[in-house]
Amino acid sequence: MSALAVRGLRVSFDHPLGLVRAVDDVSFDLRPNERFGLVGESGSGKSTMALAIMRMIRPPGHIDGGDILLGGKNLATLSAEDVRQTRLAGIAMVPQGSMNALNPVMRVGDQVADAMRDHDKKPVGIGALMARVGLPAGTADKYPHELSGGMKQRVCIAIAMCLRPTVIIADEPTSALDVVVQRQVMRTLADVQRDLNAAILLIGHDMGLMAQFVDRLGVMYAGRLVEIAPIAEIVRRPRHPYTEMLIASLPSMDHKDALRGIPGLAPLLRDLPSGCAFHPRCPKAQDRCAIERPEPREVESGVLVRCHFA
Amino acid sequence: MTAPLLQADCVSRTYGGGLLGAHTLALDGFSLSIGTGKPSITAVVGESGSGKTTLARVLLGLTTPTSGTVRYRGEDITRLSREARRAYRTDIQAIFQDPYGVFNPFYRVDHVLTTPVRKFGLASSRAEGRELIEQALRTVGLRPEEILGRYPHQLSGGQRQRTMVARALLLKPKIIIADEPVSMVDASLRATILGSLRRLTDEFGISILYITHDLATAWQVSDNIIVMYRATAVEAGSAETVVKSPAHPYTRLLVGSIPQVSLTRDWLSTEADAQRPGDRDAACRFADRCVSAMAVCRSERPLLSRIGPRHAAACHLHRQHAQLAAEDLNDVLA
Repeated sequence: MSALAVRGLRVSFDHPLGLVRAVDDVSFDLRPNERFGLVGESGSGKSTMALAIMRMIRPPGHIDGGDILLGGKNLATLSAEDVRQTRLAGIAMVPQGSMNALNPVMRVGDQVADAMRDHDKKPVGIGALMARVGLPAGTADKYPHELSGGMKQRVCIAIAMCLRPTVIIADEPTSALDVVVQRQVMRTLADVQRDLNAAILLIGHDMGLMAQFVDRLGVMYAGRLVEIAPIAEIVRRPRHPYTEMLIASLPSMDHKDALRGIPGLAPLLRDLPSGCAFHPRCPKAQDRCAIERPEPREVESGVLVRCHFA
Repeated sequence: MTAPLLQADCVSRTYGGGLLGAHTLALDGFSLSIGTGKPSITAVVGESGSGKTTLARVLLGLTTPTSGTVRYRGEDITRLSREARRAYRTDIQAIFQDPYGVFNPFYRVDHVLTTPVRKFGLASSRAEGRELIEQALRTVGLRPEEILGRYPHQLSGGQRQRTMVARALLLKPKIIIADEPVSMVDASLRATILGSLRRLTDEFGISILYITHDLATAWQVSDNIIVMYRATAVEAGSAETVVKSPAHPYTRLLVGSIPQVSLTRDWLSTEADAQRPGDRDAACRFADRCVSAMAVCRSERPLLSRIGPRHAAACHLHRQHAQLAAEDLNDVLA
């Protein structure tokens, strides 16, 4: 059974010019103990998806279809109070930009305790929890401004793990950190995952980080998943042209060649191109791509691609 | 020999202090010349707090050094004549990290482009100004009709940042100081923006100081790399040498910390830095994190040694090489 199963998820935003669909018919499974990555450019819907799974989409946005199955519960239809209980205990999130996630006028240890109390748990073992995420003794008594970016992100990991959830969503947890600290924080996240036997959904745009961290990867473009495959498959042989270009746009340390960006701009969600949304930027596009929307096809066991030519 | 266009001469800057709290050294006796010889891109790489942004601000005259001098054509920038000051403000342009903060949301994007045209009298007529602006936008790969007449929120982050590159171009500068110009844009766009910076150097002869925390893009786009750690340069040289044969343990740590798209998955498991908080006050500022720290690192501050014709590092591991004075850092840069 999956740790988390997302089925046909749709998230829309009401906009004066009509409905904007930020996440469109997304399905994937997070297996127990698995690290699953979601990559895409800004505006691809990956963070919206994270918020939707946490049931944290606020108006004018709303989930307008699909299921989010977590341990026998459907988060998409659960009552607000049940969702509140499930958050942190069943599924927790390490937010993007820990600096804005912590309360600046509250000691960080108290913030962890608060999270536990909120779920009717006695706030015990906070020191051990802090040590578990690699924070030095005494950190619990500090205020966020006294901590470095990496330490604040560790506090967020401590909060995310305090009720031992089975799924942790990490939304660009290291995008504000430099590479050395990034690796330390990701290592902590991996250790915590092992401890909890949890699955991790890592959201980001750095293909290098994904290649080194996740077991499987989903690639998002304009609100849809265009490819899902084991990470080794993606690295060895990306099937969707967009995946290929995402990898090529990353500066490689092996060979120095002309920097290759992805030409054109990500499409506006309220005005998506016809057919395959990627076709205006795709070097392999044919007439068919502008007319016919590709459906996901399993081109090989475990490799799902939305492309007519994969 | 003519004076370099822009020069930091043994510049230091401290922050804080006062009655309470300790001084934070942001820049410590840093020397660098830009705009001498062949146009080039020099990357200044370092983590947050290494002093790289302070260096940019000092060179731009936005931060006053605590000691040392910044010179424009050999003259102290704080004592420039009105005319020289105007030339300095034209020749040296800046691109900042945040492509959101530099725009006034109530003005159309055109405003950031027409203002320099007007203030510096770049065009004799409105039409000529418009033509200049359109040309600059096209140079950075933007379509003027998609940019002009719009408000900042209607542009993507990449469009906004490229508009700033176009703005810098308008003044036909000789030097551009770009402080983390791509850290807030997507990887897919980074390549495009850095590509347009490279073209500015190759086709327009503009020298660029590229300030970044990202060694990988520094290597891709630059001719030279200077690695900074806690207010000083710890390694400098040609981009190729610094990245492919890093000499300083900090540079090695940086290179090893970049996650690569590869089938070898050793990034998470490799342990690359030591944690010895006890060595926080060692003479070498990197000693507390250094895997190669020796007794001498605690007592004696490492100075720059010249390891190769275009390679220098400040580390006791290389003390057998001839010393390179900090003010001669440019000797190893092309």
